[in-house]
Amino acid sequence: MMGMNGDTACAYAVKQCNPEVVAAYPITPQTIIVEVFSEYVANGEVTTEFIPVESEHSAMSTSIGAAAAGARAYTASASQGLALMYEMLYIASGLRLPIVMTCVNRALSAPINIHGDHSDAMGARDSGWIQLYCENSQEAYDTVIQAWRIAEHKDVLLPVMVNIDGFILSHTLENVAVLPDDAVKKFIGEKKIPVVKKPNGELTPYVLHPDYPVSMGAIDLQDYYFEHKRQQAEAMKHALRVIKEVGEEYGGLTGRRYGLIDPYMMNDAELAIVVMGSTAGTAKYVADLMRSKGVKAGVLRVRSFRPFPRDEIVKALSKVKACAVLDRSMSFGSYGGPLFVEIRSSFCYECQKPIMINYYYGLGGRDTPPHLLEDVFYDLKKIAETGKTGEEIRYLGLRDDREADNYKAELISFKDLNEGKIGGR
Amino acid sequence: MSVVKPKDLALTEERLAPGHRLCPGCGEPTTVKLVLKASDDPVIVCSATGCLEVSTSIYPYTSWNVPWIHSAFENAAATAAGVEAAIKALKRKGVYKYDKVNVLAVAGDGGTFDIGFQALSGAFERYHRIVYLLLDNEAYMNTGIQRSGGTPSYASTTTSPDGRVIPGKIQTKKQISRIMVEHEPAYVATISAAFWQDLIQKAKKAFAADGPAFLHSITPCPRGWRHADNISIELCRLAVQTCIFPLWEAEKVEGKMVYKLSAPSKQIAKNPDKKKPVVEYLKLQGRYRHLFKPEEKTDLINKIQEWVDTEWDIILERCGEK
Repeated sequence: MMGMNGDTACAYAVKQCNPEVVAAYPITPQTIIVEVFSEYVANGEVTTEFIPVESEHSAMSTSIGAAAAGARAYTASASQGLALMYEMLYIASGLRLPIVMTCVNRALSAPINIHGDHSDAMGARDSGWIQLYCENSQEAYDTVIQAWRIAEHKDVLLPVMVNIDGFILSHTLENVAVLPDDAVKKFIGEKKIPVVKKPNGELTPYVLHPDYPVSMGAIDLQDYYFEHKRQQAEAMKHALRVIKEVGEEYGGLTGRRYGLIDPYMMNDAELAIVVMGSTAGTAKYVADLMRSKGVKAGVLRVRSFRPFPRDEIVKALSKVKACAVLDRSMSFGSYGGPLFVEIRSSFCYECQKPIMINYYYGLGGRDTPPHLLEDVFYDLKKIAETGKTGEEIRYLGLRDDREADNYKAELISFKDLNEGKIGGR
Repeated sequence: MSVVKPKDLALTEERLAPGHRLCPGCGEPTTVKLVLKASDDPVIVCSATGCLEVSTSIYPYTSWNVPWIHSAFENAAATAAGVEAAIKALKRKGVYKYDKVNVLAVAGDGGTFDIGFQALSGAFERYHRIVYLLLDNEAYMNTGIQRSGGTPSYASTTTSPDGRVIPGKIQTKKQISRIMVEHEPAYVATISAAFWQDLIQKAKKAFAADGPAFLHSITPCPRGWRHADNISIELCRLAVQTCIFPLWEAEKVEGKMVYKLSAPSKQIAKNPDKKKPVVEYLKLQGRYRHLFKPEEKTDLINKIQEWVDTEWDIILERCGEK
């Protein structure tokens, strides 16, 4: 057992995995990962080649080069940094390189904000990365270790993004049970090189190696691109199975089992909150509170957002009367947040479905204390009793500032500006 | 280093195989083939997005007889850094078969002077042992001839066209190689396919360097320069003879970057009469047509000559020839 914040827990897990290459650039709230890992390197605790690159774009490019050359490659980022990596994220997954990255979830500018929400990872939603969201530092540690096994599985071969909430997890000290180095080493095993079929049918190792001149990242036009994208989609489907298998195996080792979803008191729940990340902890506490008041409350935490475990979610929620889906990122102009839209469409062909509402919450690190989630359960109670949804898209913990909402800017010309029409100096 | 014989070169394997789809007269494949022949060790190539990449790797075909990766436009140096780091770490773990593998990053002027400069500068500062080959055709040719930081003055491109008011690109060319020397890497050299022995020697030095090496090749593009396919090598030669693209190298000696003029340029330095007027180089290229038609714009041609003279002076100074 060690006292660690989420960032340190990730860095510690990476140390035990000892990947060949770590390339990273510092950004708040990810910085601790790079700093702590630098110390491991400086003290000779890893044999990793650590590359403090000049930008996140290069962090991902270097990870791509390293993974292509047969190395295990790790990086970590957040917010603007992840956004700067954006085009390279698609290349990492399109080239089927099993890179592992911790994304310390943080809001995106503007206005600049360093605190936690899921906007950054949601921006990379369709980049072909597996996205796992952690509830606490323990899970952050456990997930980084599992991530290699998932990424490198022969049926998957996709990069994995381990998401932890900025500051809430990254900077908060918790007790983390760690495995002995040897156990981690044994669990992740030796890095294996996939053998693939060349266009002419011959088999070749998929790695940049002098003995096997493969061309990676070729130009892929109308006649093949589509098929290659289909292969990526299939790999994501396989990942649904592999994430569970690896989570189970890890559970056998540690007693901490992980799946695609994490249902809490859902067996007989009538009202449920669906949420991702650290807020699930608060929601579980509130569910206990509601249970003590006789309300059949439950929480469904979605751990794997990509691939999306549609069947498991439908199964877990189908007997619920009303559920609230909590989104910690906005999708401007969309009818609901990313998680809500996904869950609503999962129920499209189901006869039995709960009444669903959506809350935007916690943007830019806005606190989500228990009483707000209690309010959600009370709202759900009313909805379940009346059968009336009311507003389907709601805001949680947002000041009701009607004046600000209704304010419309006046426009003036440069001539008016020069003549000092609006005050000024 | 011993002089390379053509016969020996001809007997080495073609690492960039025939059958690629680059244009007739393109300067890129000649340069790349020669540079790859200069390495006796295995080479892994990291290509930036561009003509070379799209014309050699149309799936399911490939022209590369060496391991090759393309990941994006602006990151050939960063990708190469990753490959180099991976090999280093795998060697440390004792699972790598080869003791020495050369990592060659290849990019054009757009991917080097402009969008790729940050990654290049970072990789050189971190001192990765990579060879970076710049194929300078002085514009964004893969997207249809747009000006870059490498485009010289008054060249007409689609984003610096010769119009009624503006006569082509009005700014001068960024002196990328000298900027790279200021990074104090292991080795920097300019090369021209017309002087292939000089090119091979320099590429050999680059591969042998114990740190980052930068090779800057003048690389004619018949489409962009609007010249006849069969004079590319002649233009490579004229660029050197007119001193618009002097041949030199710089390497670290006792911590200091020492410039040295290469033989073809040194002859001109010794006999300034041999320096051809730049107009001889300009008039063969359609991108400078507006300087000659409908009437000759002597003032603009003179300005180009002045720029060439000044830059040549700077190089002579750096090389201790003045």
